[in-house]
This record gives sequence, structure tokens and C-alpha cells, in this order.
Amino acid sequence: MTTQTRTQNSTQDERSDFDLIASWIQAGETVLDLGCSDGSLLKRLQAERGARGWGIELDTDNVVAAISNGINVIQGNLEDGLAGFEDGAFDHVVLSRTLQTVRHTEYVLSEMMRVGREAVVSFPNFAYWKNRMAVMAGRMPVSEDLPYEWFDTPNLRFFTLLDFEALCARMRLVIRERQVLDEAGQQVTEEANFLGSLAVYRLRR
Amino acid sequence: MNSPQQNPGVGLVSAQSARFETPLSLRSGAVLNGYELVYETYGTLNADASNAILVCHALSGHHHVAGYTDPAAIEKTLGWWDNMIGPGRPIDTDRFFVVALNNLGGCHGSTGPKSINPATGKPWGSDFPLVAVIDWVQAQARLADLLGVYQWAVVMGGSLGGMQALRWSMTFPDRVRHALVIAAAPNLTAENIAFNDVARQAILTDPDFHAGHYYDHGVHPWRGLRLARMLGHITYLAEEQMAEKFGRKRRAGAESFGFDVEFEVESYLHYQGDKFADWFDANTYLLMTRALDYFDPARIAGGDLAAALAVAQAKFLVVAFSSDWRFSPARSREIVNALVKNRQSVAYAELESEHGHDSFLMEDPHYHAVVRAYMEQVTT
Repeated sequence: MTTQTRTQNSTQDERSDFDLIASWIQAGETVLDLGCSDGSLLKRLQAERGARGWGIELDTDNVVAAISNGINVIQGNLEDGLAGFEDGAFDHVVLSRTLQTVRHTEYVLSEMMRVGREAVVSFPNFAYWKNRMAVMAGRMPVSEDLPYEWFDTPNLRFFTLLDFEALCARMRLVIRERQVLDEAGQQVTEEANFLGSLAVYRLRR
Repeated sequence: MNSPQQNPGVGLVSAQSARFETPLSLRSGAVLNGYELVYETYGTLNADASNAILVCHALSGHHHVAGYTDPAAIEKTLGWWDNMIGPGRPIDTDRFFVVALNNLGGCHGSTGPKSINPATGKPWGSDFPLVAVIDWVQAQARLADLLGVYQWAVVMGGSLGGMQALRWSMTFPDRVRHALVIAAAPNLTAENIAFNDVARQAILTDPDFHAGHYYDHGVHPWRGLRLARMLGHITYLAEEQMAEKFGRKRRAGAESFGFDVEFEVESYLHYQGDKFADWFDANTYLLMTRALDYFDPARIAGGDLAAALAVAQAKFLVVAFSSDWRFSPARSREIVNALVKNRQSVAYAELESEHGHDSFLMEDPHYHAVVRAYMEQVTT
């Protein structure tokens, strides 16, 4: 099994991308959250947005926590866990801060687009200016959105907004909306690939 | 396991018996005019009868699920799922009223092949009608009626017991709020049926079988039943676990160049087979394995499990174990996928375990944490 799991984001209880994601979900819509951890996003989407949610999570302690949260959590590896779901089964498929831990990136993205009408993907931007500074200074970056040391990081892939958008173009995925946040969770409007620490995308086929 | 000193569990229990006179039409077309069900209960039914849990047993199980029946032999007479059920345990008898019965066709007091057939005054033997999982569920529903339970908070079971929980959710959708389907499958694979066939052949070809009327001859097909159990037992374990537990260990040092018990694994299997053949009824074993073979709720929906499950109103907890090759996690995922397709509520835990199919009986911290977490969400 791989170790991909939603990376814990420092001290913030409510992760900054959750607000954005919540604002994109309409009442009664179905959501599949990949790497749902303890199910807090789904719990919020169900309580605030009236969504119907399911989550996939690999770690048993997180599965137990999600069950305690009353979440429809399905224990499994998201790299092969989507195979059993029907085409277009969900309105939204969310992959929050996890794409960088996935080995088969294109496969997971295409599976998300298969089982969902829309994919919501967030990831840390490796080209964030502080990360660039760290590399310029000769060290791998450690930041709010990349909180690990190089030797203990679950992250397998280091990529930037531009890299991701190039992949979307290659896979013919339509970027419906993009929101970029800085380390404080504030929206970045200019020089996103330089000033943005975390990117959140809505994708369609 | 919790020692009785740390947590006494439900304590001393005794079985009750209920007689049903309303004829029960079975899936085979046969009709059972009257029958008896033996059951145990733990905990207290609340005023609005909303805290009742039905525990369904597997192939060789019975109604004695928790507590002990002999204060002088507590460990020896503990129920088969005592680690799961009791005060403060994952199935908390301080909150819930737990009912467990011996299924129709069983050999632990409920009407079955070794009961007296009123038509002949002799044991039913092989004349006892074959019962299907749905027949058990119908009989269980009558027991529920008798106990004043319309809607179970939970119907649960492992293996064949999990299949009953699944069946309940489809046959009586409004009578189950939660179904706990553990180490189960939506039907048996060809390999499963093949194992059952060999087990049955061992019994059917035993000279003491007497076409199922061995009671009349004062014998029972002990050898066949023993072989059936030995084979079954192998399939309930996992290769790694057997390697670890027995490896190639021998009881004595050198080879004997004979066929007596030599390897530890042989000794273990013989012991398990002997013990089982001493207390279980061969006709019940045949009947239970056939019920397993026949179970296939998707069949009436043309093999579409989701279509079959669409009527269910229950929320589901499905649990599978990594080393269970008899009812593998992939089979549990079929149930989960069907429920998700229907947009039904389901939680699924696929737990690392080395105990094979038998994992569902073991006291594993993760497993118990999953059941406990789920049960804490079950309102009464």
C-alpha cells in the first residue's frame, strides 16, 4: 500500500481551502472526498451545504475518527479505490492537499473525472516565493502548506501552478475556476505562481 | 480477551425458548408447521423498544453469544462473541438489548434435523426441509414480534451472520436501522462452493451417515463431520498465520516414516476436528453450508446487487479483513460499491489482520474501535 493521505496542515483546524470548496457545493449534491481524513470536510459540507458525502481514507485511525463523525467513510487506497464506482456517480470529487502524495497522478485525475461531474483539487505550490527562497538558499522548503522535512514528507511530487495547468491542458481537462491562497489563507490575485502557497482548482472534462 | 476479573461481561446467562405455531413457508416450498427457537438476551429493552440488536450466527454458531453458562467453568462456557458484547464493550449491553438465537435447522436447541418430527415421532434427519437465509430472517422476525421489537436498532453478524444482516435490510427494510455486515460476501464464489461440496461429501460418504437418519442407528457420521470441519478450518485461517503458528514444527524430533500425527499443524487440525465432531450435528452442517451456497440476493435482480439493495433503508457498516481469503475484502467492496451506487449510507473498514476469516471473532483493537465508533453513532 502507498502512504498517501491528506497532509496535515500545521495548526489550522479549519483548512483554508475548505471554505472555498464549501462555497462550490450546492444543497443535495453528492461529494466524494478522497483522502477524507477524519471526515471534517464532509461533515461540514453535510451540515452547512446539505450535501450527501462519501469519503475514502487509508489510515485506520482516521477511518475510526470519520466513523465517529458519522461519515460514510470507505477504507481504501485512492489509487485503486475508485475502480468500483460508476461513471458520473458524484457531483463533485474532492482531492484536497493530496495530489502531491499520489504516485499515479494522471490515473487518479482521470478516475476523478470519470466518477465525478467535477473535480476539486487543491495542492501546495512549490513555486511559492518562500519555497523558491528556500531552494535558492540551498534547502528544501518547509512552510505552512509544505510542513514536512524532505526525509519524512509523504509528498512524492513537487509541482507548481504552471506545471499543473500544463498537465490539465495535456489531459484536456477544463479549468473552470482557480483560487490561489497565501500562507495565511488570503486570496492571491496577482502573480499567483509566485505569491500563492496553495492552489484550489475546479476541473471539468 | 478481557479476563472475567477485569470486565465481567454480561455474566451468567441462560437460554430461553419460544414455540411458534404459525406455519412458516420456506423458500424451498416446504412448510414448517411449528418450530421452536432457542435464544438468549442481554441488557434491557427500553420503553419504546428502540435499542434492540439482533446478532446472527455463522455456520457453526448458536444463541450463546455472550456471558457464561457455568460459573464453575467460565472460560470454557463463554459465548462465541463475548469479547464484542457486554457492558462497556463495542456492543454495549448497558445501552442495548441484545438478542441472539439458534437458527432454524440448528443443533443447539432450535428445531432442526435432530429434533423430533411430529409426523413420525422420530428425528427429522434428512427429512428436515432445507432452509435458506431468507427463511432464517423470517423466523427471526417472528421472534422479534414475540419480544415486542418491531425495528431493530442493529442487525449484525459475521460471515453467514453478515449475510443474514444483509438479507434483513432487503426483506424487512423498515425493520432495520443499521446493518453490520462483517467478513461477509454478497454470495459465495465457485471456490467457496467447492469447499462446501468437499465438506458435504465427507459427511455424505461416511458409512455412518445412513442417508441422514443416523440417529435411528445410534451413530453419527463423526469421521465425515470431522473431515468437513478440518477442511473448513483451514479455509478460515490464513497462510501466514499458519506458518507463524505451526511452521514445520513437529511434536517429536525425527520423522516417523508413518502417518501418525507428527506436525503441529496436524495435531491442531485433528484436535479442532475431533472437538467439533463431538458436539455438532452433521445434518445441520449440511443444511448450513447449503444455505450459504444458495445465498445470492442479487439473483432476483438479474445479478445486479445495487438493484437488489435499493430497497434497504438501513445504514451499513461493512467490515472486511485483509487476510480473509474465504470472504475476501473484494467481496465486501462489492456490497459497498452497490450501496454507494444507490447513494445509501455506508462505512467500510478494511482491516489488517493475520487471522483470516476467523478475524471477525478476534479481539483486535482496530476492529473493536471501528465497531465501537459506529455503535456510538447509533441512537436509541
